[in-house]
Amino acid sequence: MIQAQNLSKKYNGVQVLNIPHIEIPQGQSFGLVGNNGTGKTTFFSLLLDLIEPTTGQVVNNSVKVNESEAWKPFTAAFLDESFLIGYLTAEEYFYFVGELRGQSKADIDAFLLKYDEFFNGEILSRKKYLRDLSKGNMKKVGIIAALIGDPKVIVLDEPFANLDPTTVSRLKKIIRELAASPDVTLLISSHDLLHTVDVCERIVALSHGEIVKDIATSAETLRELEEFFAV
Amino acid sequence: MFRQFLMLEWRAFLRSASFASSLAIKIFSILAAVYFGGCFLILGAAAYFIIENSYGDPMPVVSRFLLYYFTADLLTRLLLQKIPVINIRPLLTLPIKRATIVRFALGKTALSFFNFIHWFAFIPFFASMIYSGRPVLQSVFWLIAMMAMVYISNFLNILLNNKDNLFYIFLGIVALIAGLHYYDVFDLTVYTAPLFDAFFLTWWAFLIPVVLLVGLVTICYRYFMSHLRLDTGLAVKQEEVDAASYEWLGRYGTIGTFLKNDIRLIKRNKRSKSTLIASVMFLFYGLLFFTGIVPMYDSPGWHMFAAIFVTGGFLFTFGQFVPSWDSAYYNLMMTQNIPYRKYLEAKWWLIVLATLFSTVITIPYLYFGINIYLMILCGAVYNIGVNSYLVLWGGAYTKTPVDLNSGKQAFGDKKAFNLKTLLISLPKLAIPVILYSVGAYFSGPVLGAALVALAGIAGFALRNRMFDVIQKVYKTEKYSTIEAYKQKSA
Repeated sequence: MIQAQNLSKKYNGVQVLNIPHIEIPQGQSFGLVGNNGTGKTTFFSLLLDLIEPTTGQVVNNSVKVNESEAWKPFTAAFLDESFLIGYLTAEEYFYFVGELRGQSKADIDAFLLKYDEFFNGEILSRKKYLRDLSKGNMKKVGIIAALIGDPKVIVLDEPFANLDPTTVSRLKKIIRELAASPDVTLLISSHDLLHTVDVCERIVALSHGEIVKDIATSAETLRELEEFFAV
Repeated sequence: MFRQFLMLEWRAFLRSASFASSLAIKIFSILAAVYFGGCFLILGAAAYFIIENSYGDPMPVVSRFLLYYFTADLLTRLLLQKIPVINIRPLLTLPIKRATIVRFALGKTALSFFNFIHWFAFIPFFASMIYSGRPVLQSVFWLIAMMAMVYISNFLNILLNNKDNLFYIFLGIVALIAGLHYYDVFDLTVYTAPLFDAFFLTWWAFLIPVVLLVGLVTICYRYFMSHLRLDTGLAVKQEEVDAASYEWLGRYGTIGTFLKNDIRLIKRNKRSKSTLIASVMFLFYGLLFFTGIVPMYDSPGWHMFAAIFVTGGFLFTFGQFVPSWDSAYYNLMMTQNIPYRKYLEAKWWLIVLATLFSTVITIPYLYFGINIYLMILCGAVYNIGVNSYLVLWGGAYTKTPVDLNSGKQAFGDKKAFNLKTLLISLPKLAIPVILYSVGAYFSGPVLGAALVALAGIAGFALRNRMFDVIQKVYKTEKYSTIEAYKQKSA
């Protein structure tokens, strides 16, 4: 589904990402772990064509992302708050994204019903603009909005950060359900090894912009990763 | 303690986004400050003698209009002078006495530009008073009274800050008073003038504003002392949600979706609201030209210049910041299922609809004759046919992130110094002015207006070509635009 060949990104001569080759097959739930500044968000930004690669390119479902816009209809992402429109209420925001993805208001209402538990009564019909929500609640809105319209590729940057423990376990449930679908390719980044191991089939660890581990999740994975990062 | 505070302020000033910009902008800002300072200086120095020449003793005249002066001042402050409460937040948990923080915060507002600018007007006026032989002591008392009034306005603004819609209520009252005055129905200044007269006629009268000021400062001090908590005085205000859903726009597909969003953008953010007010002001811009108030402007070229602005207010003020209006969530726009074309078309429609709306509203300009209105109509055609693209095109190079929640930025932005944007802006006004002047010179106003309209229609016919070009520009500028919009949060 997603291939990157010879992909690198430099800022003022400093290499922040260098991936000679990576391939993420359709239906995989893919976890990206690493410390701050190791290039996780950079990789996602390249995948979403938000920054220009220094060399190479990302191909998403045989669309070269920096040459065509054809990846947009089947790809959805939530990286940070710059994906939220601060002056809309949560409902208005969901309807807005829904309309862009060809979903009617009724479709969205039915869709949102599924996530009632996840929202925990803190999101819908609160009469608040998104800019006035707490960080955690903003994140809930962003994540769910990224699921609107059955996208085939879903990119979530640090989805577990800023969420309370109950919401984290509910989010894991949602992500596992998505991961179970053979159509959905899921890309998640996180600092939290435990959560990532819990929901992803494959884990790639980045360090200083390079892939240092690429493992299929097993019972041993968590220990292996913990040892690797316990320097 | 104060030394450290001053250090903080100094750094905040040096490192603010607007100051950390290029040298050219710094130089221009300084020139602008000197220019405005100079204007007030000349106004202050010359006003006394100008009034004396036309009306005799200037003091009673000045006393009458001081009411308007100070209300205008308060209105300006309500709109523009914000109390920087946010800067106080990080200080709360540090070992600093609350009283010190409050005194500093209040003292800081006293040093605001909005106060200094009045010194520039009153001190030269005071000098003129002395020069023309008024008693020194009397003049000094008057000056003290005036400065006290300025600072009363400063502290009133602090207390009134963040009260809803106050600006509009005040504006309404002032408009009513001014209207009644203009049509000689009721003149409030007749009643307030004796008060201002007293400031130089009665030796102790200057104590009234001084005492008022001291009282006001005390109230402000107490208010902040008791409200210096995150959930009270320092709370960031949350607005009531407006519930309009604009279902009817749903019929127009993706463009309707964007229009809906843009209407909400304009309605719900301070910055866009002040832009809208500015664009309404442009509707009246023509009065300066068509009434012949300013003789210099009374020529066909200048009339056309004004005609473009009359219907193009929204196009110029709002349009110049496309796509910056969406800067806060530009990443969403760039990854969502939106072709560039649709996005640009939606903005174009918004500009066109606003221009059409302005054209209808400007029908009263018929009062100045059919030729003037014809000029406005043709200007509108040119705005829709040519300027609407130019403004979108120029916007691609603008790249100034817009902070939607701050009303301030709307004035004096560094945007104008982008050379490319400037070059693209030139034909917006120059071409219609030249076309009209040429037409008017060789035949008459009808040919002039027709030439402008023809240019507009030609532009409209090239719509698809224009969109192709603009789309290409937006695509090549995409990465640097995303990068520039990121700067805001830093």
